[in-house]
Amino acid sequence: MALSDSFFGQKFGITEHDLQSYLDEALSAGGDYADLYFEYLATSSLSIDESIVKSAVQGVSLGVGVRVIAGERTGYAYSDDLSPDKIRRASRVAACIAKGPAKVDKTGFEEANKRDLYPILQAPNETSLTERVELVKRADRAARAYDSRVFQVQASYADSLRQVLVANSDGVLSFDRQPMARMGVGVLARQGDGTPQRGYSGGGGRVALDFFLNEKTPEYFAHEAARQAIVQLDAVPAPAGEMTVVLGPGWPGILLHEAVGHGLEADFNRKKVSAFSDRIGQQVASPLCTVIDDGTIRNRRGSLNVDDEGAPTQKNVLIEKGVLRGYLFDKLSSRLLHAGATGNGRRESYQHIPMPRMTNTFMLAGESDPDEIVRSTPRGLYCANFGGGQVDITSGNFVFSASESYLIEDGHITRPVRGATLIGNGPEALKYVSMVGNDLKLDEGVGICGKEGQSVPVGVGIPTIKVDRMTVGGTSG
Amino acid sequence: MIDAELASKAVRLALDSGASDAECTLSEGEEFSASVRMRSLETLKDAGSRGAGLRVLLGRQVGSSYTSDLSSEGLRKLVDSALEIAAISTEDPHAGLPDPSELGSLAGDLQLYSDDVSRVDTQQRIDQALEAEDAALSADPRITNSEGASFDAYNGARAFANSRGFVGSYRMSSCSLSATPVARQGESMERDYWYSYARSYAKLESPASIGRRAAERALRRLGSRKVPTQKVPVIFDQLTARSLLSNIFEAVDGESIYRKASFLAGKLGERIASENVTIIDDSTIPGLFGTSPFDDEGVPTRRTVVIDRGVLSSYLLNTYTARKLGLRTTGNAARGITGNASVGHGNLFLQKGERSPQEIIRGIGKGLYVTELIGSGVNTVTGDYSRGAAGLWIENGELAYPVSEITIASTLQQMLMDIASIGSDL
Repeated sequence: MALSDSFFGQKFGITEHDLQSYLDEALSAGGDYADLYFEYLATSSLSIDESIVKSAVQGVSLGVGVRVIAGERTGYAYSDDLSPDKIRRASRVAACIAKGPAKVDKTGFEEANKRDLYPILQAPNETSLTERVELVKRADRAARAYDSRVFQVQASYADSLRQVLVANSDGVLSFDRQPMARMGVGVLARQGDGTPQRGYSGGGGRVALDFFLNEKTPEYFAHEAARQAIVQLDAVPAPAGEMTVVLGPGWPGILLHEAVGHGLEADFNRKKVSAFSDRIGQQVASPLCTVIDDGTIRNRRGSLNVDDEGAPTQKNVLIEKGVLRGYLFDKLSSRLLHAGATGNGRRESYQHIPMPRMTNTFMLAGESDPDEIVRSTPRGLYCANFGGGQVDITSGNFVFSASESYLIEDGHITRPVRGATLIGNGPEALKYVSMVGNDLKLDEGVGICGKEGQSVPVGVGIPTIKVDRMTVGGTSG
Repeated sequence: MIDAELASKAVRLALDSGASDAECTLSEGEEFSASVRMRSLETLKDAGSRGAGLRVLLGRQVGSSYTSDLSSEGLRKLVDSALEIAAISTEDPHAGLPDPSELGSLAGDLQLYSDDVSRVDTQQRIDQALEAEDAALSADPRITNSEGASFDAYNGARAFANSRGFVGSYRMSSCSLSATPVARQGESMERDYWYSYARSYAKLESPASIGRRAAERALRRLGSRKVPTQKVPVIFDQLTARSLLSNIFEAVDGESIYRKASFLAGKLGERIASENVTIIDDSTIPGLFGTSPFDDEGVPTRRTVVIDRGVLSSYLLNTYTARKLGLRTTGNAARGITGNASVGHGNLFLQKGERSPQEIIRGIGKGLYVTELIGSGVNTVTGDYSRGAAGLWIENGELAYPVSEITIASTLQQMLMDIASIGSDL
């Protein structure tokens, strides 16, 4: 596609000559590299509460971020006004970081190779509002009909369409149109006058509205949320102490995101502040574990045709049969460490500086039958669903909270437990993985990852796995 | 500075286009950040942006929209977009703007803006960050690395107008300085941080002190141990006690109350905490970050006692949640430009006690002094509490050794009742 046919060419009349002049201005005080990130983001969200569609919001934001890199230094400025004088002004501010002659040869632009992972003709926010509002109404009805003990339902639907244009002083030009949609249902259930318990389910991805009409319907999410809340009504306090933990498939893959993924982001390793620094080639997990970060899976929430620095995304092996193989790079880290791009340079918006981030992070399937994994566990905890997690990348300690978990007694899943927190240490935890199931599942598409104040959508996945030793924090000794 | 008249203009435009009521929030801000690492400049960021958020009512139907385009055409689209989306929402008998009698703004200078923040030039800002990091790196030979230090500054303004006649605006400034050193001893590597933030540059803690305290915090984590599962008294330091207050806020937020999604729903007037616990939300204290002359619906802010000597005395409410509960708003409406109207807290604090932290520690034979909490294991619906923690083990009234990779678990109900003493170090 030519720039003149692109969104920013059409809507704002931006030409290659303009882009070149902004980059020249950005490198006017010196520097090794400069890039421009144009973003136009339209969002809408709807939510239903007490069977009333109480809130509905739509809006648009746009802007351009200008970055200059000079050695290890970064200068950054942005403008929410795309007029040439405002962009030039931002370029001059970003330029302040550099001193000395620019080390950049002008090349002209060439469009980056690009995948087509979400070839959606009509993005969800280009369909009628009435069609979208029907989704939350259906979810509300379905959750209430699931069980009479359900007494509160909140359902939400949100979508966005992001148009981006990245141009850099290496002569790379790339465009992308990035749709996203997500549904979520939260339920409270109560038995008589007892304590209410909550359940949550949601999902989506870079999908068209059809996805919610044909594949994962509002009823699907509503029933799942209601089921979780009802299960919790009979939950007993969580056990405490070190024990065997079996993680179910799908969303529990957040373990990999926290225990391993963050610690492998190249910025931390360039600065040698990660528990995984200088450990490439070392055994950091059991030989049963192969962990991948893959930004190229069709229609997934964490997928991108090009990352937010214009580089094509890839499938990257992080851990192969337990051995640490690679880190996740953004432009700055790959320049400084002389490593190839991995397509992991991401940012929340034009107001943010890119950083190495995960895309879809998962463990490859193993050979064990999931039922056999549970049967082989005399006593332990089975975790089916998690809330959030967090890691301290320097010490490597991480935690995550189980929102649905059960006791395993004599090889059987028995009573549901509430409020269990799992805690472990990144480079150690996966060494205790003794069985990996043949049932790899990716999550439903709700993940949001936060790092240094920037949120980006991500995916996770895992087959059923057994971890022989892990600390569980509960109230029942 | 941003023109409040622009907000009034958007409101008039909405009324002319068929809205029965409307309110518009404008926000403008300039952010600056200088970060240094290993004694040299790493990042400079300097930029500004503006935005408008609009809420309209069509009778009892509500719709909201936002934009970053404040031109006449941008405002026109903002209004059309809000009206379009209001048309698909459901009638809600409790929806609406505050009564005109409730609108207003605190008089006097709340000291939210100080011009000394913009008077500090770029080089001085970089030097402050360099000095803080240097103080951390020089504090001890075991401080071998650093994630850097940064100086951040912000200048901004907010304006609000509604169709009941309210127009108001205010300016804000802030600056902050932080340092994050990394300590190493043998195989053990730990990082920690310290920071200071203020609305005025003159009120920032000195770079030397920030660097030194950050280093002390990282050093005291080295060589940490795990401890076996047990029941012991727990002391929360200033930073972690603050996270308990945000749990309490979630539980008294009017939205969780009317949905019965809080362990404190329906407990107004009941004893829910130990007698020495008094928690206050006060948005009227000059110079603080939770202070503002009016909330995000144009209602004057105030001082609300949330827990009075152990008794739950008030929820925190905006207009909508107050109507749902048959109460009056407490002036706690909050909204971002792009989001929905919700409830927020101002300066929420636990009233200080009489004993110093050292005295409290001395009174404990064996226990845990918590300096860090991680993870999201707090369920304010049920009160279940289970979080990852790190800190120092107390033995015979003294901080004996660091502990990490542990969890603490209880319920918020039990924890509130069991608060035995509160430090004098507010």
